[in-house]
Amino acid sequence: MNPISRRKLIYGGVAAAAGIGGLATAEHLAKRYGLVPPDGAGIYGPGETLTYACQKLLTTRLPAREFSRDMISKNPFANEIAPPTEEFKRLQAGGFNDWRLTVDGTVARPTSFSLADLKSMPIHSQITEIACEEGWSYVAEWIGTPLSSVLNEVGVLPQSRYVVYYTVEKNLWGSIDIADAHHPDTLLAMGMNDGELPVPFGGPLRLRIPRQLGYKSLKFVRHITVTDDIKKFGSGKGSVDPDYGYAWYAGI
Amino acid sequence: MPAVSQLEKTRTRRHSGVVRATHWITFIAFMALLITGGEIVISHPRFYWGEVGNVNTHPLFVIPIPASRDTVPTGYNYVMPDQNGWSRYLHFEAAWVAVLTAIVYGLYGIFSGHFRKNLIPKRADWTWRAYWDRIALYLRRKRPDRAEDSSYNVLQRTAYLAVIFVLFPLIIWTGLAMSPTFTSAFPATSELLGGRQSARTIHFFVSGLLLLFLFVHVVMVALSGFRSRMRAMITGNTRDSEEER
Repeated sequence: MNPISRRKLIYGGVAAAAGIGGLATAEHLAKRYGLVPPDGAGIYGPGETLTYACQKLLTTRLPAREFSRDMISKNPFANEIAPPTEEFKRLQAGGFNDWRLTVDGTVARPTSFSLADLKSMPIHSQITEIACEEGWSYVAEWIGTPLSSVLNEVGVLPQSRYVVYYTVEKNLWGSIDIADAHHPDTLLAMGMNDGELPVPFGGPLRLRIPRQLGYKSLKFVRHITVTDDIKKFGSGKGSVDPDYGYAWYAGI
Repeated sequence: MPAVSQLEKTRTRRHSGVVRATHWITFIAFMALLITGGEIVISHPRFYWGEVGNVNTHPLFVIPIPASRDTVPTGYNYVMPDQNGWSRYLHFEAAWVAVLTAIVYGLYGIFSGHFRKNLIPKRADWTWRAYWDRIALYLRRKRPDRAEDSSYNVLQRTAYLAVIFVLFPLIIWTGLAMSPTFTSAFPATSELLGGRQSARTIHFFVSGLLLLFLFVHVVMVALSGFRSRMRAMITGNTRDSEEER
């Protein structure tokens, strides 16, 4: 063996050791500071974790992009919804007066809210873009109460790490981390463009998460569970999306 | 040993280890990005300019293919299989591989002098004449002279510089300009391009230019000796001797 290849061997060994040590340290820190997404295992885990960790560190407290009123889309695209269930039709016929949002889990006071209850809470509006993972997008004004005001009402216990939300559709649910849940732009939307939120757009209640892609903003939300252990839900990957091959985190 | 035999065993160092490793990692990541990017486009083969665009707005142009979603009016009575889930997972993971590899390559390029020595055209070549002369050599199908065994000619240097310092940064920028979280931190990344849909359209065209580069690159490698060029990018040397060290 000549000196050059020995030197290369040493350099390579040191670089590999530093790389492995660095990765191990990174993994330890990522787990400790909650930077690994619920679907952060498997072959796509490293990419998902890098994206989630970087975006979380960069933007946890930053507001979503907002637009001027003249940029509101004239013909927003509602996208498809599943055919309404009998129960949904009944609630719709009653003007959604009997629609309830149940909040439970790791909270001090589990509560069921009517839409009137939610409308009596602080009302915010935002002009934000909803972007679909397919590529299309539109801008609308969304009006509702921040999820944080509901969470403050029920008293989130300190060990809570995720907020799980269910829709009227069977087996359609998602979750966001507790920081995103408390983010002022995360809105329980009941109005759109100065009117009631139309049913095709998720009325009467849609969880609007403007810093993530549209598929996180589920329509027809009626049940919220705060939790300290996301693994207990579904297949343990944070939402129904990974079961269909889609990432839990949709900030990109 | 006769002198001739020694000459045959002379090896010309062409590519360093870092260049070879980053070249092939980037190639694998780029292929993954290209295929998954294509799959994602199929879910909405319509392109727009400005901030917003959807099936209710006028497209800038439409790729005349069936879509993988039945909400897109394509004129075809056929919906392609939906591959967006794994395509998006792999697209972003491959993007990370490409970006991290680019950082290693970029630091190496600066500190080793690779950019200065091998990529920035020689001072004497900063003329149109130098470009025309090299194009003429290509057109006459002349074999490259020995100097090109260990370095790049002015056309290669210019093409590689454009890919490394223009197209790659632009494809990363336009990709990030589509991320709702990233643009909440840096709105200008999207606004400077004219909006989210403009970013998507530019992303599409830049990937087309990268594909064009890949095609021309492989054709040129084939024309200038596929086996020797491939050997150079794998082993680092143009002339292999029997004594592998």
